[in-house]
Amino acid sequence: MSWRRLKTVAKKELLHIVRDVRSLTLALALPMVMLLLFGYALTLDVDRIPTYIYDQDRTPQSRELIDQFRGSTYFQILGAVNGYRPAELAMDKSAILLDIVVPRDYARRLLAGQEADVQLLIDGSDSNTASIALGYAQAVIQTYAAQLRSDAQVRKGGQPLRVPVDPRIRVWYNSDLKSKNFIVPGLIAVTMMIIASMLSSLTIAREWENGTMEQLLSTPVRPRELVLGKLLAYFALGITDMLICVIVGVFIFQVPLRGSVWFLFFTSCLFLFGALSWGIFISATARTQLLAFQMGMLSSFLPGYLLSGFIYSIQNMPKVIQAVSALVPARYFVIILNGIFLKGVGLRVLWGEVSMLVVYAGLVFVAASRKMRQKVA
Amino acid sequence: MWERLMEIIRKEFRQTFREPRMRTMLFLPPIIQLLVFGYAVNLDVGHSSMAWMDQDRTPQSRELLAAFEGSGRFDIRATPANDSEVQALLDANKVDMVVRVLPGFQRDIERGRSTAVQILINGTNSNTASIVSGYASSIVANFAGQAMQVQNRNLLTARMAPAPVHPGVPQLNLQSRAWFNPDLLSRNYFVPGIVVNIIMQITLMLTAMAIVREKEIGTMEQLMVTPIRPIELMLGKTLPFALVGLVDTALVIMVALLLFHVPFRGSVLLLFACAILFLMTTLGAGLFISTISRTQQQAMMTTFLFFQPFFLLSGFAFPIRNMPQSIQYLTLLDPLRYFIEIVRGLFLKGTGVAVLWPQMLALAIFGIVILSLSAMRFRKRLD
Repeated sequence: MSWRRLKTVAKKELLHIVRDVRSLTLALALPMVMLLLFGYALTLDVDRIPTYIYDQDRTPQSRELIDQFRGSTYFQILGAVNGYRPAELAMDKSAILLDIVVPRDYARRLLAGQEADVQLLIDGSDSNTASIALGYAQAVIQTYAAQLRSDAQVRKGGQPLRVPVDPRIRVWYNSDLKSKNFIVPGLIAVTMMIIASMLSSLTIAREWENGTMEQLLSTPVRPRELVLGKLLAYFALGITDMLICVIVGVFIFQVPLRGSVWFLFFTSCLFLFGALSWGIFISATARTQLLAFQMGMLSSFLPGYLLSGFIYSIQNMPKVIQAVSALVPARYFVIILNGIFLKGVGLRVLWGEVSMLVVYAGLVFVAASRKMRQKVA
Repeated sequence: MWERLMEIIRKEFRQTFREPRMRTMLFLPPIIQLLVFGYAVNLDVGHSSMAWMDQDRTPQSRELLAAFEGSGRFDIRATPANDSEVQALLDANKVDMVVRVLPGFQRDIERGRSTAVQILINGTNSNTASIVSGYASSIVANFAGQAMQVQNRNLLTARMAPAPVHPGVPQLNLQSRAWFNPDLLSRNYFVPGIVVNIIMQITLMLTAMAIVREKEIGTMEQLMVTPIRPIELMLGKTLPFALVGLVDTALVIMVALLLFHVPFRGSVLLLFACAILFLMTTLGAGLFISTISRTQQQAMMTTFLFFQPFFLLSGFAFPIRNMPQSIQYLTLLDPLRYFIEIVRGLFLKGTGVAVLWPQMLALAIFGIVILSLSAMRFRKRLD
């Protein structure tokens, strides 16, 4: 291994990157675009659920029930309908998500001290929104029911009933339950995966495809130097992207950064090294850029996006997929990033994840240089 | 013209399918994507892990524990004894929630006083957290309702209440029914979206890269000295990928129906008709990108930069309803949005042209405009 040759390869590769202004701009703009989208536009938080009311009863009691929903910011009452048909049509067009139906005998049953029904029809296609919306509706009804019972007692001259147990819910780490707080740290991992899979996976395949690999081979450069040199060039790009993500995340989106900045930097370097090595491994395997790109998407972007626990929680996946996700380095990195940003924990809690990253980076780098040597020989 | 066109298509097919690995890469990723999305992309909170911290240790507190266990939603993973253990469990992501019963729980309930159950939720994933907190508060509310009835009965039988108590208290019953996806499986929501993703990826990326490759390697010049006309070259370069895209779509739908039992309530013919409308847009965009890129890397990066926002704003994973109003208007310019609405309507709701015509019209307009603009630009580049 010669430093001079390594530096030359890195310099050549950096020149490639810098000279291609568009790719460079895109590589730096992509994380910003993703962050802006996720920070401003994309959220799984559910509120203002568009709702229709079908009040068959039309009594003061039923109106009081509906007012409970009207008063909640989670529901947005778009109108009252007479019959199931208009609600069905609106649901087909996705104009509403929820239809609250108050049956004809609602007030009569309530006044008689019996059980009264309230019917909720919900568009279940988006199961996540639907189950959160149902939870909200349930909470509204339960609170109101308790109040009704107590009122009924008082009205009859009895003593008010007290709700014996009441849940005091406190949320830790992300107390206003903003999805951006957990998405922004995870996004750093995903962005790095993209940079790694898209940029570095093409780099060697391109040399093969354009025929410049032969020229490189006729120089005294060794496979390991070639791999490391290319890696260093993209490493610089990746770290720049990470800095952009962190700065935008912390200063524009006000995501809390509670842990150590140095620990963040160190783990990011580690992760990036592994991810880039993987890209180069793919690149050495595939001889065309199209193939390298497809392999990169499949083996790093998709798992980085879906199996890392970035949005979709791993413990809900079937056991087989959970086992597969254990092989995805982004999974550990997402845990580390969430730990550093939201919880402010350090190596003492995260040593397991960090050592997984070390093992991964080491193994993949060795595999990439070995593959390169095989191809060249 | 016909003959030359066939020749190019044949060349393109041969070039694409020559390499065994490329063959696999055209048909394997869609299936893998489907499997991953179908099995892994799951926002349903089936089983959450929780910790139980009982500082009362009475029959009442054990009954509350039984209510949590019996709900089928929570697995009790730990029973911490003090605050630092609670902190450690949440720090290490071992549990989603800690329920803490304070001393005096039973005493307070029996005396008819209000008592609190502390519920600490790990808010790292806000989505899971809000679902979990919904489940937890509904379990506690149920428990409270039962305790209230017992309290009421005790007051009645004891006849020592300070004021009269009446047996008939009203009760509210919530009956909810989810339409289109009664079991609320997120798989049913995501799988149709994957069809869109796959058509988009295969046609847009492959078209753009296949054309730019000729430029990058320098074979474009060779093609240009042949009698092939630009329009023929354009068709020859796009039709094979359109075909691959449609075959992939059929493949994915078959796997989705057979393996995942996702409902398909609409018309298959309508789906393919809409897919072809959508293909005009993606092929047009692929052509356009090929005219503005010199290297495959540029083509890929450009595609990705466009594809990613279009995809994220399409409502595939993040509901458009939740976006800020200005962004919601912006999504009207996203062709993917319309196709996703069509595909979801066909799969889950079984809607037809009567409901979906505005979306189809939008797709047709997008397709014609984008395809003709790109075709003009492509021709100018070659001439």
